[in-house]
Amino acid sequence: MSTQPVSTPQSIDQLVQALEAHAYIPERSLATAIFLALKLQRPLFLEGEAGVGKTEVAKVLAQLLDRPLIRLQCYEGLDVSTAVYEWNYTRQMLQIRLMEAAGHVDEETALEELFGPAFLLKRPLLQAIEPVNGQAPVLLVDELDRADEEFEAFLLEVLSDFQISIPEIGTVRAQEPPVVVITSNRTREIHDALKRRCLYHWIDYPSFEKELRIVRTKAPEASEALARQAVAFVQALREQELFKLPGVAETLDWIRALVALDQQALDEQVVHDTLGVLLKYRDDVQRMQGRVVQEILAQDR
Amino acid sequence: MEREPSGQLLGNLVLFGRALRRLGMEVTPAQIQELVRALAHVDLSRRGDVKDAARAVLVSRREQIPLFDRAFDLFWRSWEGWQGPGFDLDVSVQRSQAQEALQHVPEGEGNEQGGPDSPEQETILLRYSAQEQLRHKDFARLTPQERSQVQQLIQEMRWTWARRRSRRFVAAPGGRRLDLRRSFRRNLRHGGEMLHLARRRPKEKARPLVLLCDISGSMEGYTRMLLQFLHAVTRGGMLQERNRVEAFVFGTRLTRITQQLGQRDVDQALAQASRAVQDWSGGTRMGQALRTFNFRWARRLLGQGALVLIISDGWDRGEPDLLAQEMARLQRSCHRLIWLNPLLGSPDYRPLTRGMQAALPFVDAFLPVHNLASLEQLAALLETGLASRRPARP
Repeated sequence: MSTQPVSTPQSIDQLVQALEAHAYIPERSLATAIFLALKLQRPLFLEGEAGVGKTEVAKVLAQLLDRPLIRLQCYEGLDVSTAVYEWNYTRQMLQIRLMEAAGHVDEETALEELFGPAFLLKRPLLQAIEPVNGQAPVLLVDELDRADEEFEAFLLEVLSDFQISIPEIGTVRAQEPPVVVITSNRTREIHDALKRRCLYHWIDYPSFEKELRIVRTKAPEASEALARQAVAFVQALREQELFKLPGVAETLDWIRALVALDQQALDEQVVHDTLGVLLKYRDDVQRMQGRVVQEILAQDR
Repeated sequence: MEREPSGQLLGNLVLFGRALRRLGMEVTPAQIQELVRALAHVDLSRRGDVKDAARAVLVSRREQIPLFDRAFDLFWRSWEGWQGPGFDLDVSVQRSQAQEALQHVPEGEGNEQGGPDSPEQETILLRYSAQEQLRHKDFARLTPQERSQVQQLIQEMRWTWARRRSRRFVAAPGGRRLDLRRSFRRNLRHGGEMLHLARRRPKEKARPLVLLCDISGSMEGYTRMLLQFLHAVTRGGMLQERNRVEAFVFGTRLTRITQQLGQRDVDQALAQASRAVQDWSGGTRMGQALRTFNFRWARRLLGQGALVLIISDGWDRGEPDLLAQEMARLQRSCHRLIWLNPLLGSPDYRPLTRGMQAALPFVDAFLPVHNLASLEQLAALLETGLASRRPARP
């Protein structure tokens, strides 16, 4: 544990403070998981519904530790040439032409030159393993559930010893492992082998007090009264039987929308007009129209 | 900062790990070591932090969280002297108490053991000749002897189903796309002159398959055979491409039986599956069951162009409106929705029940499932009969 940079928080309390200073209001259990991930140098696996602030954790960590953030957005079919490295073919071709023009094409030297670092395009995973300005970066592997099993297997390999081998160059090994944050919306189950290599944390929807603090921090332009009302409304909405519940991101969008509409307080009409910011399925919107909204608003008062 | 945990604490952690394993969580010794390392960074007098730390290290699925929390609370009940010499409670007593108390926690997923550990069963294509008569006999009218023959035949059927293009590519001589990486390598020998172009084409993948089988009273004559069918398909799917099949049964509630059906031994698999089900031969509330599926499972299982098979006679005591609404949602979120009805085998059957009427508009294919011949028909449809493009839906 000697290679820790000075800025790494030394206790869970310090980490909570540091996160809050960067406008991220965590549950204590999340802070504990992050703290341990940093201390034990293990990847952090965050699962939770969309919009509860999983991706944000990586961004805040990068700021807080003052390290560069490298983001790998996952999708089906993500492969080595987009995730790790690719050779720059056009430049290689050009180089061959130049070599020909200069009149010397010796296979040995040509190969060595063509497959050297100058022609290597580094993709996120390779970048994450090579330190930037002597510092290991924060690597965000976002929405891993969107990638397919093949990529998962590959990621498992990289995460187990933080090294990547490129046949033409050799093995690249991280001197200091990057801080790795993996997120999943859980549209499918990630394989246990991968999860077991990580510290796992499920991020839930925040409590009323937490969410109010988040809103006050992130959207200070809204009045306290409006923020309270809106957060209470969203919290009540999460009690309803909906296909897709609104996340914190939706709450923030909604508050900003309300401020943009110059609203001082919630009323049925404005809720009705802006419900699309919170609910993204037609069935859900229909379900919430009319009486249900009235009831929730009445409760809040 | 680093403190060596006392020997007592270490021993207790090991026991705690073992207790969790008995409760069905997969806790490895490496994880316990990791926990010991983790606890060196945590203030041991703060019970909540220790619990959070242990959870982060030992848990890897959301479903396990309630189980873990209860196990932790029970196991470390006497917190005060938990690491000092004052800790003299007999841990094994605590553990058995914990286990007893946790007996009644509903089983989560992932705590069944059976895995595909055996060589693939030899699959034989269906034998046609002598069994012609058997093939067309209704499942509900089989004699016990015939039943075991048919069961055998179901086990031997080979199930493969529609594939879709994935976004991954494989090298293929006649492929449509250029494979730059390979072309370049290959042509270096000619000084970079592009003499041979390597090509690639999209790799194909079996679509996920979801089976939803009605086990209410009205289906009783068929349930046994249909479960055999479910087992053959689920198990077959696991052997060919792992985890591509999910099986559920429903009456008044929905039960996932994928894990139980993953066993090789049919009888054992079916016995375990029936133990998991609590509403055998009761009524049907299909709308509610499908709603549960749509809310809890659909987003996780229907991601990559899944095929969904519903097996039911359409006798439903729930609200037709709810059923129609959930059918519509289900159809929108999968590639094809196929309804198999055992009653459809009889020539004078008309789908007039309210449930069937409500569901039919949202069904892409409506097929019988009452004898072996109909299963073969289904196999053919699944394998080649589905156009790869999904029909437009309202």
